Amino acid sequence: MNTLTLAVELAHWQQTTIRAVVGLVAVLLPAGTLVYLFLFKMMSFMQSRLGPMEAGPYGSLQLLAEVGKFLQKEDIVPENADRIVFKTAPFVVLVSTFLLVLVIPGGPDLMFIDVDTGIFLALAVSSISVIGILMAGWASASKYSLLGALRATGQLIAYELPLVLAVMGVVIQAGTLNMQGIVMAQAEGEIFGFGGIGSPFIITQFLGFAIFLIAVQAELTQPPFDMPIAESELVTGYLTEYSGMRFLMFFIGEFATAGIFSALAATLFLGGWYVPGLDPTDNLFNVIGPMVLLGKIILVAFLIFWFRFTYPRFREDQLQTLAWKVLIPLSLANIIATGVLKVVF
Amino acid sequence: MSEFLRNWLMIVVFGGLAVVLVGIFIGLSSLLRPKRATVQKVMNYESGVDPQGDRWSQSNIRYYVFALMFVLFDVEAVFIFPWAARLESYSVFGLVEMAIFIFILALGLFYAWRKRLLRWI
Repeated sequence: MNTLTLAVELAHWQQTTIRAVVGLVAVLLPAGTLVYLFLFKMMSFMQSRLGPMEAGPYGSLQLLAEVGKFLQKEDIVPENADRIVFKTAPFVVLVSTFLLVLVIPGGPDLMFIDVDTGIFLALAVSSISVIGILMAGWASASKYSLLGALRATGQLIAYELPLVLAVMGVVIQAGTLNMQGIVMAQAEGEIFGFGGIGSPFIITQFLGFAIFLIAVQAELTQPPFDMPIAESELVTGYLTEYSGMRFLMFFIGEFATAGIFSALAATLFLGGWYVPGLDPTDNLFNVIGPMVLLGKIILVAFLIFWFRFTYPRFREDQLQTLAWKVLIPLSLANIIATGVLKVVF
Repeated sequence: MSEFLRNWLMIVVFGGLAVVLVGIFIGLSSLLRPKRATVQKVMNYESGVDPQGDRWSQSNIRYYVFALMFVLFDVEAVFIFPWAARLESYSVFGLVEMAIFIFILALGLFYAWRKRLLRWI
């Protein structure tokens, strides 16, 4: 339970401070990595261009330059806007992101909180961001913003259901909602008596993994599910009236959430911080665990961004049809099938 | 303080952390950025022309219908979670119970489907 069992016993406030600092890093580091690695570089290479090259070697300091640029931009609040709600919205989105990171374990003793409702808590707080987006769109008092916010809400709530239901299969297999328990179940499990690689749930729950990734893609309002911020018709949807630092906050929130959802997928389906072949209670994992997890995050995020750069945009009706008529029935069937197999074997 | 309460205290701490981070960034930028609001600048953006008509216009009823359906299904999902975590001990009894539950749930979805509520016009 302690953050640092390796070192000395720390007072509670010291542990809390360390966790808060680690939490900041855990939110911002994957977000920065994903933006540079995938949004700047991979996207450029897939489109036969170089991407940022000027700031630092291969443009690696581009992000810092961007933050410096946004810091100097004027903060425009439209005259008709509901000023208080308009200014609160970025806070709400970032709070949702920071609460999400809490449940992800980085090693056998490395975790922010150890609650029995782990994954349930994560899924609950992830829906707070919908409120932030609706606030942003409504308060802007612009037609584009309102349309974008409504589309975003409709999409986020539609894909929240497959997201929640896809996790259910993992919970049935692991028999616990605790994230650490789910990692342990994958580390110690075996597939039909063969325990050589543990039992990463991506093998037994591949349908769940696929549904989860599609739903995550939609939750992030990334292409092909970027109807809410479709540039060709809505400018940038609910972000239209935002400028400068407040816009950057939404941007950070989006990519930090991408990183954390990748971490959730990695923990639920790929075994989290665990590497097959080693003893999961080994103290070694307190050192290499976070790095293993980061590697798996980048692997999952690669898939997410690959889809993002490849597929054209869904129409609004296609998008809702996919969620309600395909993904939800499929995930309900997945729950029943997993339950039957769990009871039979 | 018990371990249980400390866990929930961490949630409050992280929520505060997010607010502080955003506050620092926006505060920092308010030291650097220009503040010259002109009438043209603070106008709502409508692709360059002056904004027309009502700002908070009415919108499609579809969104409301989908939101209602979401509430129904999300509440059902809350019931499935505890069952999923304890399936091992409920065994066949729990499985049959949940099969009936999900069957009714699927029936509801099918009803909405037949009523053409899932169609986006």
